Amino acid sequence: MVGIPSRHKSLVLLTGVIVLQLLLLAVQIKRDSQGRLIRVWTVGAVSPFERAGATGVGSIRGAWNHYFALQNTSRENERLRRENDTLKLQINQLQSKAGEADRLAALLNFRQSHQNIPMLGARVIGTSADTASQTAYLDRGERDGIRRNMAVITPDGVVGKIIESYRDTSQVLLLTDKDSGIGAMLAESRIQSPIGGMGEPLLAMKYVANDDTVNVGEHVVTSGMDRIFPRDLPVGTVAQIKPGNPFKQIRIRPAANLERLEEVIVLLSLQPLELKKEAGTPAAEATGKSGPSQTQTEKP
Amino acid sequence: MNDTYDLRVAEAHIEVHKFRGGAIVAATILALFLQTSVPVYFSKFAIIDLPLLITIYFGLSRRNPSTGLLLGMLIGLLQDSLSGPTVPLGLYGIAKTVVGYLASSIGARLDTEHPAARFALTIMFFGLHQGIVVLTRRLLLAQPEVWFTTHMGIAAAVNAIVGVFLFMLLDRLRKN
Repeated sequence: MVGIPSRHKSLVLLTGVIVLQLLLLAVQIKRDSQGRLIRVWTVGAVSPFERAGATGVGSIRGAWNHYFALQNTSRENERLRRENDTLKLQINQLQSKAGEADRLAALLNFRQSHQNIPMLGARVIGTSADTASQTAYLDRGERDGIRRNMAVITPDGVVGKIIESYRDTSQVLLLTDKDSGIGAMLAESRIQSPIGGMGEPLLAMKYVANDDTVNVGEHVVTSGMDRIFPRDLPVGTVAQIKPGNPFKQIRIRPAANLERLEEVIVLLSLQPLELKKEAGTPAAEATGKSGPSQTQTEKP
Repeated sequence: MNDTYDLRVAEAHIEVHKFRGGAIVAATILALFLQTSVPVYFSKFAIIDLPLLITIYFGLSRRNPSTGLLLGMLIGLLQDSLSGPTVPLGLYGIAKTVVGYLASSIGARLDTEHPAARFALTIMFFGLHQGIVVLTRRLLLAQPEVWFTTHMGIAAAVNAIVGVFLFMLLDRLRKN
Protein backbone atom coordinates (compact mmCIF):
# COMPACT_ATOMS: atom_id res chain seq x y z
CA MET A 1 0.00 0.00 0.00
CA VAL A 2 1.34 3.39 -1.00
CA GLY A 3 1.70 5.81 1.92
CA ILE A 4 1.02 9.54 1.63
CA PRO A 5 4.17 11.66 2.05
CA SER A 6 3.91 13.60 5.30
CA ARG A 7 4.28 16.96 3.55
CA HIS A 8 1.16 16.20 1.55
CA LYS A 9 -0.94 14.95 4.43
CA SER A 10 -2.32 18.37 5.33
CA LEU A 11 -3.12 19.04 1.66
CA VAL A 12 -5.06 15.77 1.47
CA LEU A 13 -6.84 16.67 4.70
CA LEU A 14 -7.69 20.11 3.31
CA THR A 15 -9.14 18.59 0.16
CA GLY A 16 -11.12 16.03 2.14
CA VAL A 17 -12.54 18.61 4.54
CA ILE A 18 -13.58 20.94 1.72
CA VAL A 19 -15.18 18.10 -0.26
CA LEU A 20 -17.12 17.08 2.86
CA GLN A 21 -18.41 20.59 3.34
CA LEU A 22 -19.30 20.89 -0.33
CA LEU A 23 -21.35 17.71 0.04
CA LEU A 24 -22.96 19.22 3.12
CA LEU A 25 -23.87 22.29 1.09
CA ALA A 26 -25.21 20.14 -1.73
CA VAL A 27 -27.47 18.22 0.62
CA GLN A 28 -28.91 21.47 1.93
CA ILE A 29 -29.51 22.90 -1.52
CA LYS A 30 -31.51 19.83 -2.51
CA ARG A 31 -33.70 19.78 0.56
CA ASP A 32 -36.00 22.41 1.94
CA SER A 33 -34.23 24.18 4.78
CA GLN A 34 -35.37 22.54 8.01
CA GLY A 35 -33.84 22.94 11.43
CA ARG A 36 -30.66 20.90 11.39
CA LEU A 37 -29.39 19.16 14.46
CA ILE A 38 -26.09 21.08 14.43
CA ARG A 39 -28.07 24.33 14.41
CA VAL A 40 -30.12 23.11 17.37
CA TRP A 41 -26.97 22.09 19.27
CA THR A 42 -25.06 25.25 18.50
CA VAL A 43 -27.94 27.56 19.33
CA GLY A 44 -28.55 25.54 22.49
CA ALA A 45 -24.89 25.91 23.47
CA VAL A 46 -24.55 29.61 22.71
CA SER A 47 -27.97 30.93 23.74
CA PRO A 48 -27.31 30.50 27.52
CA PHE A 49 -24.27 32.77 27.11
CA GLU A 50 -26.33 35.25 25.10
CA ARG A 51 -29.08 35.09 27.70
CA ALA A 52 -26.54 35.58 30.48
CA GLY A 53 -24.98 38.47 28.56
CA ALA A 54 -28.35 40.14 28.07
CA THR A 55 -29.16 39.64 31.76
CA GLY A 56 -25.73 40.99 32.73
CA VAL A 57 -26.18 44.10 30.60
CA GLY A 58 -29.67 44.52 32.08
CA SER A 59 -28.30 44.21 35.62
CA ILE A 60 -25.53 46.72 34.96
CA ARG A 61 -28.03 49.13 33.41
CA GLY A 62 -30.38 48.57 36.37
CA ALA A 63 -27.60 49.16 38.90
CA TRP A 64 -26.52 52.29 37.07
CA ASN A 65 -30.04 53.69 36.77
CA HIS A 66 -31.12 52.82 40.30
CA TYR A 67 -28.00 53.71 42.21
CA PHE A 68 -25.40 55.85 40.44
CA ALA A 69 -27.93 57.94 38.54
CA LEU A 70 -29.56 58.88 41.86
CA GLN A 71 -26.62 61.17 42.58
CA ASN A 72 -28.19 63.67 40.17
CA THR A 73 -31.73 63.25 41.46
CA SER A 74 -32.36 66.82 42.65
CA ARG A 75 -31.11 68.32 39.37
CA GLU A 76 -33.08 65.71 37.49
CA ASN A 77 -36.20 66.59 39.51
CA GLU A 78 -35.89 70.26 38.59
CA ARG A 79 -35.43 69.38 34.95
CA LEU A 80 -38.39 67.02 35.03
CA ARG A 81 -40.63 69.66 36.63
CA ARG A 82 -39.81 72.09 33.86
CA GLU A 83 -40.29 69.37 31.28
CA ASN A 84 -43.58 68.42 32.91
CA ASP A 85 -44.90 71.99 32.55
CA THR A 86 -43.94 72.04 28.90
CA LEU A 87 -45.53 68.68 28.32
CA LYS A 88 -48.79 69.81 29.96
CA LEU A 89 -48.98 72.65 27.45
CA GLN A 90 -48.25 70.27 24.62
CA ILE A 91 -50.92 67.88 25.82
CA ASN A 92 -53.51 70.68 25.79
CA GLN A 93 -52.55 71.51 22.22
CA LEU A 94 -52.69 67.91 21.21
CA GLN A 95 -56.06 67.36 22.83
CA SER A 96 -57.54 70.06 20.60
CA LYS A 97 -56.73 68.00 17.54
CA ALA A 98 -59.68 65.73 16.99
CA GLY A 99 -57.83 63.51 14.53
CA GLU A 100 -55.47 62.37 17.21
CA ALA A 101 -58.24 60.55 19.01
CA ASP A 102 -59.14 58.59 15.89
CA ARG A 103 -55.59 57.54 15.25
CA LEU A 104 -54.99 56.41 18.80
CA ALA A 105 -58.33 54.61 18.84
CA ALA A 106 -57.47 52.68 15.73
CA LEU A 107 -54.12 51.67 17.10
CA LEU A 108 -55.66 50.54 20.34
CA ASN A 109 -58.25 48.75 18.27
CA PHE A 110 -55.64 46.25 17.19
CA ARG A 111 -55.08 45.13 20.75
CA GLN A 112 -58.77 45.25 21.65
CA SER A 113 -59.91 43.37 18.58
CA HIS A 114 -57.40 40.61 19.19
CA GLN A 115 -57.92 39.99 22.87
CA ASN A 116 -58.47 36.35 22.08
CA ILE A 117 -55.09 36.14 20.33
CA PRO A 118 -52.26 35.79 22.81
CA MET A 119 -49.31 38.08 22.29
CA LEU A 120 -45.96 37.46 23.90
CA GLY A 121 -43.27 39.98 24.71
CA ALA A 122 -39.76 38.75 24.01
CA ARG A 123 -36.29 40.17 24.39
CA VAL A 124 -33.70 40.18 21.60
CA ILE A 125 -30.63 38.36 22.90
CA GLY A 126 -28.54 37.92 19.78
CA THR A 127 -28.14 38.59 16.10
CA SER A 128 -26.88 36.68 13.09
CA ALA A 129 -23.22 35.65 13.28
CA ASP A 130 -22.59 37.03 9.80
CA THR A 131 -23.34 40.26 8.00
CA ALA A 132 -25.06 38.60 5.02
CA SER A 133 -28.25 37.61 6.79
CA GLN A 134 -30.51 39.76 8.94
CA THR A 135 -31.82 37.68 11.81
CA ALA A 136 -32.25 38.01 15.55
CA TYR A 137 -32.53 35.54 18.41
CA LEU A 138 -35.30 35.91 21.01
CA ASP A 139 -35.25 34.70 24.60
CA ARG A 140 -38.55 32.83 24.12
CA GLY A 141 -39.06 29.55 22.29
CA GLU A 142 -41.26 26.50 21.88
CA ARG A 143 -41.95 26.25 25.59
CA ASP A 144 -43.62 29.68 25.40
CA GLY A 145 -45.75 28.67 22.44
CA ILE A 146 -43.63 30.20 19.68
CA ARG A 147 -43.77 28.36 16.34
CA ARG A 148 -42.39 28.91 12.86
CA ASN A 149 -44.09 31.56 10.69
CA MET A 150 -45.50 33.52 13.62
CA ALA A 151 -45.50 37.29 13.12
CA VAL A 152 -43.13 39.49 15.10
CA ILE A 153 -43.90 43.19 15.59
CA THR A 154 -43.10 46.17 17.77
CA PRO A 155 -45.50 48.96 18.66
CA ASP A 156 -43.89 50.93 15.80
CA GLY A 157 -44.43 48.34 13.08
CA VAL A 158 -43.64 44.99 11.55
CA VAL A 159 -40.32 43.33 12.44
CA GLY A 160 -40.36 39.95 10.68
CA LYS A 161 -41.40 36.35 11.21
CA ILE A 162 -40.19 33.38 13.22
CA ILE A 163 -38.11 31.01 11.08
CA GLU A 164 -36.83 28.63 13.73
CA SER A 165 -38.15 27.80 17.15
CA TYR A 166 -35.97 26.01 19.67
CA ARG A 167 -36.81 25.00 23.23
CA ASP A 168 -36.08 28.33 24.92
CA THR A 169 -34.96 30.42 21.97
CA SER A 170 -36.30 31.37 18.58
CA GLN A 171 -34.89 32.99 15.45
CA VAL A 172 -36.58 35.89 13.66
CA LEU A 173 -36.03 36.66 9.99
CA LEU A 174 -36.03 40.45 9.84
CA LEU A 175 -37.82 42.33 7.07
CA THR A 176 -34.48 43.59 5.75
CA ASP A 177 -33.12 40.09 5.01
CA LYS A 178 -32.78 39.16 1.34
CA ASP A 179 -35.06 36.15 1.88
CA SER A 180 -37.74 38.19 3.60
CA GLY A 181 -41.07 39.11 2.01
CA ILE A 182 -44.39 40.53 3.18
CA GLY A 183 -47.74 41.40 1.62
CA ALA A 184 -48.14 45.17 1.76
CA MET A 185 -50.05 48.10 0.33
CA LEU A 186 -49.87 51.87 0.22
CA ALA A 187 -52.02 53.22 3.05
CA GLU A 188 -53.80 55.96 1.08
CA SER A 189 -54.18 54.60 -2.45
CA ARG A 190 -54.53 50.96 -1.25
CA ILE A 191 -52.26 49.81 -4.11
CA GLN A 192 -51.02 46.34 -3.17
CA SER A 193 -47.50 45.00 -3.75
CA PRO A 194 -45.22 42.62 -1.92
CA ILE A 195 -42.24 44.13 -0.13
CA GLY A 196 -38.91 42.35 0.13
CA GLY A 197 -35.65 42.88 1.96
CA MET A 198 -32.39 43.63 0.15
CA GLY A 199 -29.88 43.04 2.93
CA GLU A 200 -29.82 46.83 3.41
CA PRO A 201 -31.65 49.20 5.78
CA LEU A 202 -34.28 50.00 3.12
CA LEU A 203 -36.88 47.58 1.73
CA ALA A 204 -37.97 47.20 -1.90
CA MET A 205 -41.59 47.52 -3.12
CA LYS A 206 -41.45 45.75 -6.43
CA TYR A 207 -44.70 45.66 -8.36
CA VAL A 208 -46.16 49.15 -8.50
CA ALA A 209 -46.85 50.19 -12.10
CA ASN A 210 -45.36 53.39 -13.47
CA ASP A 211 -48.85 54.78 -14.04
CA ASP A 212 -49.75 54.59 -10.35
CA THR A 213 -49.21 57.68 -8.24
CA VAL A 214 -46.93 57.23 -5.24
CA ASN A 215 -45.49 60.01 -3.10
CA VAL A 216 -42.38 60.09 -0.94
CA GLY A 217 -43.40 59.91 2.70
CA GLU A 218 -46.52 57.88 1.97
CA HIS A 219 -47.20 55.23 4.56
CA VAL A 220 -47.13 51.53 3.79
CA VAL A 221 -49.14 48.98 5.76
CA THR A 222 -49.57 45.22 5.67
CA SER A 223 -52.16 43.86 3.25
CA GLY A 224 -52.78 40.58 5.05
CA MET A 225 -52.28 38.68 1.80
CA ASP A 226 -49.30 36.73 3.16
CA ARG A 227 -51.60 35.19 5.81
CA ILE A 228 -48.95 35.83 8.46
CA PHE A 229 -49.38 39.49 9.34
CA PRO A 230 -52.78 41.01 10.08
CA ARG A 231 -53.98 43.74 7.74
CA ASP A 232 -53.12 47.41 8.30
CA LEU A 233 -50.06 47.09 10.52
CA PRO A 234 -47.49 49.82 9.81
CA VAL A 235 -44.60 48.57 7.64
CA GLY A 236 -42.83 51.82 6.81
CA THR A 237 -42.80 54.94 4.67
CA VAL A 238 -41.83 55.51 1.06
CA ALA A 239 -38.27 56.84 1.05
CA GLN A 240 -37.27 56.81 -2.65
CA ILE A 241 -39.12 56.47 -5.96
CA LYS A 242 -37.47 55.94 -9.33
CA PRO A 243 -39.12 55.11 -12.63
CA GLY A 244 -38.44 51.56 -13.80
CA ASN A 245 -39.50 49.18 -16.51
CA PRO A 246 -42.26 48.02 -16.15
CA PHE A 247 -42.53 48.85 -12.45
CA LYS A 248 -41.42 51.75 -10.30
CA GLN A 249 -38.37 51.21 -8.10
CA ILE A 250 -39.70 52.09 -4.66
CA ARG A 251 -37.66 51.94 -1.46
CA ILE A 252 -39.36 51.76 1.92
CA ARG A 253 -37.90 52.84 5.25
CA PRO A 254 -39.12 50.35 7.90
CA ALA A 255 -41.36 51.78 10.62
CA ALA A 256 -39.75 49.63 13.29
CA ASN A 257 -36.14 50.38 14.17
CA LEU A 258 -34.71 47.06 12.96
CA GLU A 259 -31.12 48.08 13.61
CA ARG A 260 -31.75 48.55 17.30
CA LEU A 261 -34.29 46.01 18.43
CA GLU A 262 -34.37 45.16 22.10
CA GLU A 263 -37.93 44.03 22.78
CA VAL A 264 -40.54 42.68 20.38
CA ILE A 265 -44.03 41.21 20.41
CA VAL A 266 -44.74 37.77 18.96
CA LEU A 267 -48.30 37.15 17.75
CA LEU A 268 -48.94 33.64 19.02
CA SER A 269 -51.26 32.57 16.24
CA LEU A 270 -50.77 30.72 12.97
CA GLN A 271 -54.28 31.63 11.78
CA PRO A 272 -54.73 34.60 9.41
CA LEU A 273 -55.65 37.60 11.52
CA GLU A 274 -58.04 40.34 10.54
CA LEU A 275 -58.02 43.81 12.04
CA LYS A 276 -61.57 44.80 12.94
CA LYS A 277 -62.48 48.29 11.79
CA GLU A 278 -64.76 50.54 13.73
CA ALA A 279 -67.04 53.02 11.97
CA GLY A 280 -65.28 56.31 11.34
CA THR A 281 -61.87 55.04 12.35
CA PRO A 282 -60.34 53.31 9.40
CA ALA A 283 -57.32 51.52 10.76
CA ALA A 284 -55.32 52.02 7.64
CA GLU A 285 -55.61 55.78 7.86
CA ALA A 286 -54.73 55.71 11.47
CA THR A 287 -51.78 53.41 11.23
CA GLY A 288 -50.67 55.21 8.14
CA LYS A 289 -50.65 58.62 9.75
CA SER A 290 -49.59 57.93 13.28
CA GLY A 291 -46.00 58.34 14.35
CA PRO A 292 -43.92 56.33 16.77
CA SER A 293 -44.75 58.57 19.70
CA GLN A 294 -48.42 57.70 19.43
CA THR A 295 -47.80 54.02 18.95
CA GLN A 296 -46.11 53.83 22.34
CA THR A 297 -49.56 53.69 23.91
CA GLU A 298 -50.09 50.43 22.10
CA LYS A 299 -47.33 48.59 23.89
CA PRO A 300 -48.84 45.69 25.82
CA MET B 1 9.29 19.44 28.83
CA ASN B 2 9.83 22.38 26.54
CA ASP B 3 6.57 24.12 25.64
CA THR B 4 7.84 25.65 22.44
CA TYR B 5 10.01 24.22 19.72
CA ASP B 6 11.78 25.54 16.65
CA LEU B 7 10.83 24.83 13.10
CA ARG B 8 13.48 25.46 10.47
CA VAL B 9 12.16 25.89 6.99
CA ALA B 10 14.33 27.45 4.26
CA GLU B 11 16.74 28.57 6.93
CA ALA B 12 14.05 30.55 8.72
CA HIS B 13 13.97 30.46 12.49
CA ILE B 14 10.29 30.14 13.30
CA GLU B 15 8.89 29.48 16.75
CA VAL B 16 5.73 27.42 17.10
CA HIS B 17 3.57 28.62 19.96
CA LYS B 18 1.46 26.59 22.30
CA PHE B 19 -1.38 27.94 24.36
CA ARG B 20 -2.74 27.50 27.85
CA GLY B 21 -5.22 24.67 28.26
CA GLY B 22 -8.65 25.52 26.87
CA ALA B 23 -7.45 28.87 25.52
CA ILE B 24 -8.38 28.09 21.90
CA VAL B 25 -11.81 26.72 22.84
CA ALA B 26 -12.54 29.64 25.18
CA ALA B 27 -11.39 32.23 22.63
CA THR B 28 -13.55 30.61 19.94
CA ILE B 29 -16.70 30.50 22.09
CA LEU B 30 -16.12 34.05 23.31
CA ALA B 31 -15.65 35.27 19.73
CA LEU B 32 -18.90 33.66 18.58
CA PHE B 33 -20.74 34.95 21.63
CA LEU B 34 -19.52 38.52 21.08
CA GLN B 35 -20.23 38.29 17.35
CA THR B 36 -23.89 37.47 17.97
CA SER B 37 -24.48 39.55 21.10
CA VAL B 38 -22.70 42.89 20.78
CA PRO B 39 -24.53 44.00 17.57
CA VAL B 40 -27.80 43.92 19.55
CA TYR B 41 -26.54 46.94 21.49
CA PHE B 42 -24.01 48.37 18.99
CA SER B 43 -24.98 47.53 15.42
CA LYS B 44 -21.73 48.82 13.84
CA PHE B 45 -19.87 46.02 15.61
CA ALA B 46 -21.18 43.61 12.98
CA ILE B 47 -18.50 44.88 10.59
CA ILE B 48 -15.90 42.97 12.62
CA ASP B 49 -15.56 39.27 11.85
CA LEU B 50 -14.21 37.98 15.16
CA PRO B 51 -14.40 34.27 14.18
CA LEU B 52 -12.23 35.04 11.15
CA LEU B 53 -9.68 36.93 13.27
CA ILE B 54 -9.51 33.99 15.70
CA THR B 55 -8.98 31.58 12.78
CA ILE B 56 -6.18 33.73 11.38
CA TYR B 57 -4.46 34.21 14.73
CA PHE B 58 -4.39 30.58 15.80
CA GLY B 59 -3.44 29.53 12.27
CA LEU B 60 -0.48 31.91 12.22
CA SER B 61 0.60 30.97 15.74
CA ARG B 62 0.15 27.20 15.73
CA ARG B 63 1.78 26.85 12.29
CA ASN B 64 0.38 23.39 11.76
CA PRO B 65 -1.71 23.27 8.56
CA SER B 66 -3.81 20.30 9.71
CA THR B 67 -4.70 21.95 13.01
CA GLY B 68 -5.27 25.28 11.29
CA LEU B 69 -7.69 23.94 8.69
CA LEU B 70 -9.63 21.84 11.21
CA LEU B 71 -9.98 24.78 13.58
CA GLY B 72 -11.06 26.98 10.65
CA MET B 73 -13.63 24.40 9.61
CA LEU B 74 -15.03 24.13 13.15
CA ILE B 75 -15.27 27.89 13.65
CA GLY B 76 -16.80 28.34 10.20
CA LEU B 77 -19.45 25.66 10.76
CA LEU B 78 -20.36 27.11 14.15
CA GLN B 79 -20.70 30.54 12.54
CA ASP B 80 -22.88 29.02 9.81
CA SER B 81 -25.08 27.46 12.49
CA LEU B 82 -25.63 30.81 14.16
CA SER B 83 -26.39 32.64 10.93
CA GLY B 84 -29.62 33.15 9.03
CA PRO B 85 -31.33 30.99 6.42
CA THR B 86 -29.35 32.54 3.56
CA VAL B 87 -26.24 30.93 5.05
CA PRO B 88 -26.24 27.14 4.58
CA LEU B 89 -23.95 25.01 6.72
CA GLY B 90 -20.56 24.93 5.04
CA LEU B 91 -20.50 28.39 3.46
CA TYR B 92 -18.24 29.98 6.06
CA GLY B 93 -16.92 26.51 6.92
CA ILE B 94 -15.21 26.21 3.54
CA ALA B 95 -13.91 29.78 3.57
CA LYS B 96 -12.44 29.50 7.06
CA THR B 97 -10.99 26.05 6.34
CA VAL B 98 -8.96 27.55 3.50
CA VAL B 99 -7.99 30.58 5.59
CA GLY B 100 -6.93 28.36 8.50
CA TYR B 101 -4.83 26.18 6.20
CA LEU B 102 -3.12 29.09 4.45
CA ALA B 103 -2.55 31.02 7.70
CA SER B 104 -0.83 27.97 9.21
CA SER B 105 1.23 27.39 6.06
CA ILE B 106 2.34 31.03 5.87
CA GLY B 107 2.96 31.12 9.61
CA ALA B 108 5.32 28.16 9.23
CA ARG B 109 7.40 30.02 6.65
CA LEU B 110 7.37 33.65 7.74
CA ASP B 111 7.78 35.49 10.98
CA THR B 112 4.32 36.92 11.54
CA GLU B 113 4.85 38.50 14.94
CA HIS B 114 5.32 42.07 13.74
CA PRO B 115 2.15 44.21 13.84
CA ALA B 116 2.72 45.41 10.25
CA ALA B 117 2.92 41.82 8.99
CA ARG B 118 -0.21 40.93 10.96
CA PHE B 119 -2.06 43.97 9.56
CA ALA B 120 -1.16 43.08 5.96
CA LEU B 121 -1.94 39.37 6.41
CA THR B 122 -5.31 40.11 8.01
CA ILE B 123 -6.32 42.32 5.07
CA MET B 124 -5.17 39.62 2.66
CA PHE B 125 -7.04 36.84 4.48
CA PHE B 126 -10.16 38.99 4.83
CA GLY B 127 -10.16 39.53 1.06
CA LEU B 128 -9.55 35.84 0.41
CA HIS B 129 -12.33 34.85 2.84
CA GLN B 130 -14.73 37.27 1.19
CA GLY B 131 -13.73 36.00 -2.25
CA ILE B 132 -14.40 32.36 -1.33
CA VAL B 133 -17.76 33.24 0.22
CA VAL B 134 -18.84 35.19 -2.87
CA LEU B 135 -17.55 32.46 -5.21
CA THR B 136 -19.45 29.76 -3.28
CA ARG B 137 -22.60 31.85 -3.25
CA ARG B 138 -22.42 32.51 -6.99
CA LEU B 139 -21.44 28.99 -8.10
CA LEU B 140 -23.30 26.73 -5.68
CA LEU B 141 -26.14 28.78 -4.28
CA ALA B 142 -26.95 30.89 -7.37
CA GLN B 143 -27.05 33.98 -5.17
CA PRO B 144 -25.93 37.10 -7.05
CA GLU B 145 -23.20 38.72 -4.98
CA VAL B 146 -20.87 41.53 -5.89
CA TRP B 147 -17.14 40.87 -5.63
CA PHE B 148 -16.18 44.14 -4.05
CA THR B 149 -17.89 47.12 -2.45
CA THR B 150 -16.52 50.12 -0.59
CA HIS B 151 -18.07 48.66 2.55
CA MET B 152 -15.95 45.51 2.12
CA GLY B 153 -12.81 47.64 1.76
CA ILE B 154 -13.62 49.53 4.93
CA ALA B 155 -14.45 46.25 6.69
CA ALA B 156 -11.07 44.78 5.66
CA ALA B 157 -9.21 47.79 7.08
CA VAL B 158 -11.26 47.82 10.29
CA ASN B 159 -10.74 44.08 10.82
CA ALA B 160 -7.01 44.44 10.20
CA ILE B 161 -6.72 47.25 12.77
CA VAL B 162 -8.81 45.33 15.32
CA GLY B 163 -6.80 42.21 14.47
CA VAL B 164 -3.47 43.84 15.36
CA PHE B 165 -4.70 44.72 18.87
CA LEU B 166 -6.66 41.50 19.32
CA PHE B 167 -3.60 39.43 18.38
CA MET B 168 -1.52 41.30 20.99
CA LEU B 169 -4.19 40.41 23.54
CA LEU B 170 -4.25 36.77 22.45
CA ASP B 171 -0.43 36.62 22.69
CA ARG B 172 -0.95 36.68 26.45
CA LEU B 173 -2.61 33.28 26.25
CA ARG B 174 0.62 31.71 25.04
CA LYS B 175 2.64 29.44 27.24
CA ASN B 176 6.01 30.98 28.05
